[in-house]
Amino acid sequence: MNLVVLIKRVPDTETRIQIKDGKVVTDGIAWIISPYDEYGIEEALRINEKQGGGKVTLLCLGPEEAKETIRKGLALGADDAVHVNDPALLGGDASTTAKVLAAALKKMQYDLVLAGKQAVDEDNAQVAVRVAELLNLPCVNSVIKLDFSDDKKSARCLREVDGDRDVAETSLPAIITAQQGLNEPRYPSLKGIMGAKKKPVADWKAADLGLDPAALTSKLETVRLDPPPARPPGKKIPGDAATATKELVRLLREEAKAI
Amino acid sequence: MGNILIVAEEREGTLRKVSYELVTVAHEMAKGLGGAVQAAVVGNNVSACADSLAKSGVAQVYCADSPALAYFAPEVFAATLVEVTRKASPSVVLMPATGWGKELGAKLAAKLDWGVVTDCISFQVEGGTLIFKRPVYAGKAMATIKAKSLPVIASMRPNIFPPAPQQSAAAPIEKIEVTAVTPRAKVVEKVKKEAVDVDLAEAKVVVSGGRGAKNADGFVQIREIAKMLGAAVGASRAAVDAGWIDYSTQVGQTGKTVAPQLYIALGISGAIQHLAGMSSSKVIVAVNKDPDAPIFQAADYGIVADLFDVMPVLKEELKKVLAEK
Repeated sequence: MNLVVLIKRVPDTETRIQIKDGKVVTDGIAWIISPYDEYGIEEALRINEKQGGGKVTLLCLGPEEAKETIRKGLALGADDAVHVNDPALLGGDASTTAKVLAAALKKMQYDLVLAGKQAVDEDNAQVAVRVAELLNLPCVNSVIKLDFSDDKKSARCLREVDGDRDVAETSLPAIITAQQGLNEPRYPSLKGIMGAKKKPVADWKAADLGLDPAALTSKLETVRLDPPPARPPGKKIPGDAATATKELVRLLREEAKAI
Repeated sequence: MGNILIVAEEREGTLRKVSYELVTVAHEMAKGLGGAVQAAVVGNNVSACADSLAKSGVAQVYCADSPALAYFAPEVFAATLVEVTRKASPSVVLMPATGWGKELGAKLAAKLDWGVVTDCISFQVEGGTLIFKRPVYAGKAMATIKAKSLPVIASMRPNIFPPAPQQSAAAPIEKIEVTAVTPRAKVVEKVKKEAVDVDLAEAKVVVSGGRGAKNADGFVQIREIAKMLGAAVGASRAAVDAGWIDYSTQVGQTGKTVAPQLYIALGISGAIQHLAGMSSSKVIVAVNKDPDAPIFQAADYGIVADLFDVMPVLKEELKKVLAEK
């Protein structure tokens, strides 16, 4: 199958987010492929390894620096990538991002599009759903198991949403978003890392997509970011394990009224 | 001047509590923005839900009740909600920030070319402009988001706002015909869960284990403590990656974000991505051998000890205290 995976460059989840003047301080941040997108890449690779043939293409909207993130995805085994790399298309919201990605997908051939159920930076959980709607494609969200019909014209998806599980069926092509549990992403091999440098990455600008950046107006504006409210300092309860535990239970009942 | 429309979420014929929380938010919003508070419920056999919504203090209820809505089919639900928005002409649509509400909100927004502010925890109206606060980076930062134009859709995080109480007066209920679309993607069956554990995201108390649990057996006592407290069981990424417990229990930036009344972290060091997922819990307890573990910086109460020395005493003491009531 020809598979496209939407990926986003985000700060490593082990990164401490520092805020200055209402913005994230990007110095010293390690960047990764958003973990839910990585499940998407892994699933795409496994589909083609199992079925034989086909191609896995990464699609990423991001600044020039996102090239490094794209190479990480290629090192995992994706065949090629499209980098929508145009400063005029950045800095929007979920609605503009979805329009850009939809415009790019219109120029691509695919049987299925995979994406993460959300990116772990803005946690919007909107872009993939919006892209599907803009392209008039069916969408199945938050999938933890994916199987295809014999004719590859439909898919059966086990979903996990709000702690519940259900099974959804969809015709193909479709957009399917990955939830934790879909698979266990592989690590890149040395051969993969070396080979990634030679894989084709196309740079697309607004004009390539037939988009007028001036017409892409975002609906929302991020006014500022702030650190989360600080927690008051806690206390360590002294004494050996038994004494401290007895005191803990007393404090939880009498002071915190939490039990 | 548009109305404020809330979209209620039902589960097996009962409205989820967040639906009534949205009514509270809508009334607050209407004070600054004007307009009437209206509500919509879409599902199968939801007439009791509509009756309950009608008595929650709203001015109008729209109800789409059809076997076509028995299972989640995004295309049918979204098309039906488009029809509701035509009748309600809202300036704001409020959805629950649940998996269901977030997906439907995004789909509805794409159809109408509106913006969506996901997972809001507060808002204010400044000179007719709506401004929201929402956590980003799983809570490592707080974003202030302005709606540049209306209408806008906002999904509101559950358990933040008080639910609107039931009243004696009932608002009129208007039936909405379900838009006839043949869905290409739809849920075909619900899957019974093997475990009867408390749902992590909604639990009032969470008891979590980490690397300190040593192995899968270490979670036996953690589960016992959780059961005594009516709590959900959580885990750190280290415990999940080691295969000691199912990934669905993972708390953190790539797992579940939780904000219970009480979070008990047993043998969890407190990696940044874990802290992001639980730091907004009301009361945090940490037990860890390492006095320098970062989890203690987030904890209201800390015990520096091996969790296997703590857990037996904790069970005994909880048994006594919980029996007292």
